Amino acid sequence: MRNYLNIIVAYSIMMLLIILVGIFQSWSIALTIFNYCMISAVMTLGANIQWGYAGLINFGIMGYTALGGLAVVLVSVSPVPEAWSVGGVNMMTCLGIIIIMIFSTRYILKNIQKSKKRNYLIAGIIIVGLILIKIIAGPAIEQIEAVDPAKTGFLGGLGLPVLFSWIVGGLFAAGLAFIVGKVALGLRADYLAIATLLIAEIVVSIIKHEDWLARGVKNVIGLKRPAPYEIDLQTSPWFINLVEKFHSAKLDLANSLSERQDILNQLVIDASSVYVKLCFAGMFLVVVIILLIITQKALYSPWGRMMRAIRDNEEAASAMGKNVVKQHLFIFILGSAIVGIAGAMMVTNDGLFTPGSYRPMRYTFVIWVMVIVGGTGNNFGAILGGFVVWFLWVEAAPIALFFINLFTAHLPETNEIKVHLINSAPYFRFLLVGIGLLFIMRFRPQGIIPEKIIKQ
Amino acid sequence: MDLINAVIVLLNYTIIPALTYGSQLALGAIFVTLIYGILRFANFATGDMMSFGTMFAVLLTYYFQSIGISFGFLPTALLTIPFAIFMMILYMLLIDQTVFKYYRIKKSPPVQLAMVSVGVMFVTQAVIRIIIGPTDRRFLDGEKFILKATEFKEMTGLAEGLTIKSTQMITIVVTIIVVAIMFWFLNKTKTGTSMRAYSDNEDLALLSGIDPKKVVLITWIIAGILATIGGILYGLDKSYRPFVYFNNMLPIFAAAIVGGIGNPYGAFFGGYVIAFAEIFLTYAYKRFLVYILPESLEPNSLMQLLSTDYKFAISFSILVIVLIFRPSGIFEGKRI
Repeated sequence: MRNYLNIIVAYSIMMLLIILVGIFQSWSIALTIFNYCMISAVMTLGANIQWGYAGLINFGIMGYTALGGLAVVLVSVSPVPEAWSVGGVNMMTCLGIIIIMIFSTRYILKNIQKSKKRNYLIAGIIIVGLILIKIIAGPAIEQIEAVDPAKTGFLGGLGLPVLFSWIVGGLFAAGLAFIVGKVALGLRADYLAIATLLIAEIVVSIIKHEDWLARGVKNVIGLKRPAPYEIDLQTSPWFINLVEKFHSAKLDLANSLSERQDILNQLVIDASSVYVKLCFAGMFLVVVIILLIITQKALYSPWGRMMRAIRDNEEAASAMGKNVVKQHLFIFILGSAIVGIAGAMMVTNDGLFTPGSYRPMRYTFVIWVMVIVGGTGNNFGAILGGFVVWFLWVEAAPIALFFINLFTAHLPETNEIKVHLINSAPYFRFLLVGIGLLFIMRFRPQGIIPEKIIKQ
Repeated sequence: MDLINAVIVLLNYTIIPALTYGSQLALGAIFVTLIYGILRFANFATGDMMSFGTMFAVLLTYYFQSIGISFGFLPTALLTIPFAIFMMILYMLLIDQTVFKYYRIKKSPPVQLAMVSVGVMFVTQAVIRIIIGPTDRRFLDGEKFILKATEFKEMTGLAEGLTIKSTQMITIVVTIIVVAIMFWFLNKTKTGTSMRAYSDNEDLALLSGIDPKKVVLITWIIAGILATIGGILYGLDKSYRPFVYFNNMLPIFAAAIVGGIGNPYGAFFGGYVIAFAEIFLTYAYKRFLVYILPESLEPNSLMQLLSTDYKFAISFSILVIVLIFRPSGIFEGKRI
């Protein structure tokens, strides 16, 4: 119990902060923050597996998040039959060509000795393949994008339940991680950081500009939800009764029947949004807990010990017969898959897919701050980091506004500096997170909840 | 005649813009590579540091304009360069003293320094946005064009016009001057030689009596000069927007690594490699081919290899290819 005391204290403080937001701002905002904290926590769990367990630095979190989001669109949106009929065959042919390209390249790599001839062959295959794809896909893409461009203009998805897409998001991310890992994992740490960051940018720019796939920057809105819709709740009698029961004291204060009805309507609208967010919170909590149990088990298993051994001394571990390259690749895929799940969860939570919003600042660097602040190599720390940093990121603007008002209270309302500062309150989040990171790196480099090695 | 027209088309739409963009990237890439070579970490605050210097140039330009100082047909921003550089160096030294120095003395692994630079990136971004805001700003004044398309057509009687913007000329000329001075400094002066020695082998350099504090100081000063000038030139040519500067960090990194990180010549060259690749691969060659090919072969599509949306993706792909096949860069950089 003693061992876990600091963890329990840290988590209680975090929960208290969120509850305070609920009391002072609104429960809806508090739950939104809580849900996003959970999503961030899943992302940090993924990043922590790579960085904390194995010492691999992955700045490509943005790319895996975006792929997870793409999975939601491709799985849950119902297919667009017109688009499939005009361009489906061509696009499938292209997919076939890509697969043939990959396998023939693999075959050549395996069966022909390293030589100039082999390089030319591979280059030839790639160039011929790309030209073929350009010829076949070009007209098809135009036709697909012409199908009712305001609403669809893309192939659509499979129309499956949206929860299924969380798994698919993980698989997509794992696939990308396999490729990235094969390409980049041999690099030294800071090169790996830059390479993964740039590859993630490539992935996002493809998602952004290939409109036939997921509408690109035109966004996909109105995605399916695993939770009930607010409108349905507001018209269902059981829900209204429930709200009535909860707020009977408040309703009894009403003077007339019409006033009572007005108050009730308002309460039902508020309660429906809270209810939906609670549903999401429940689902996310399940995911976080499952992942936490698995990662905790893995960390203290022989495999986890091996990973730490590889992290701390690669040469020694490889001298002991551990396959460092293979294990690195494996853990890279594992961590990325978890990030992919988080990406799918986030898009499901928002109900919309906006490729334009995937920016390295928000989806790579902030996540990394979470990992560092929370505690590298400790899953509880990683989750806490997700909570703390996301909370700061969201609440920085109100906090900054409060302090600006406090310090400039003696200045008149029209004072230029005061107006300027109040207008720039949203940017104080960068300052807060940056200074937080610098302080943690300097004075507590192992994070709020440091890694704990249990001797067995 | 057709051939000359074709060459003019290429010059106008690809070669001159690529030279300009390449120069801007090259300055940034040398900045990255110097920090990497001498201070030994990947500086993720690169873009924002460039942005920070440019911010002062923008503010000073507005101030100069308001009190009526101008630089004739040249942009006023050029006058502000010394002041902006001074502020930039002050900021860099402040950050070095408060943040980086601690880790340098502790001999922390490069990854840790890179993470610290992420923190610096956040703070710098916040400071910039609080001071100047995130909006798009143009601060170019003076003559816009050195040569206009119509003038060129009248002069030569060709069908195609050649436009040279003054910012393009300024960028190329200033880059050549700055880079020439820098290479002269690195190769011919004693301080420059000691910097290179420190970059090659720190312990040996210390043994032969090189003062590490002085090397670090000079590095930050040169870095400040490069970052500010690179940022101002980019801002004059396009426009100043903090977010764009942050994003520019990525092609700059690509340029530095493609050239061979830690090697200033490589970085200089890498900037142009990236710029030319981006522009040549996304340019629509139709107009060029119309002049070159006989009429029967004239293309009816745009003849564009990749859509301009993929501009950034191209530079990153080049980087990935270089990393796979020649991880130390085109010119030999530091060992990875």
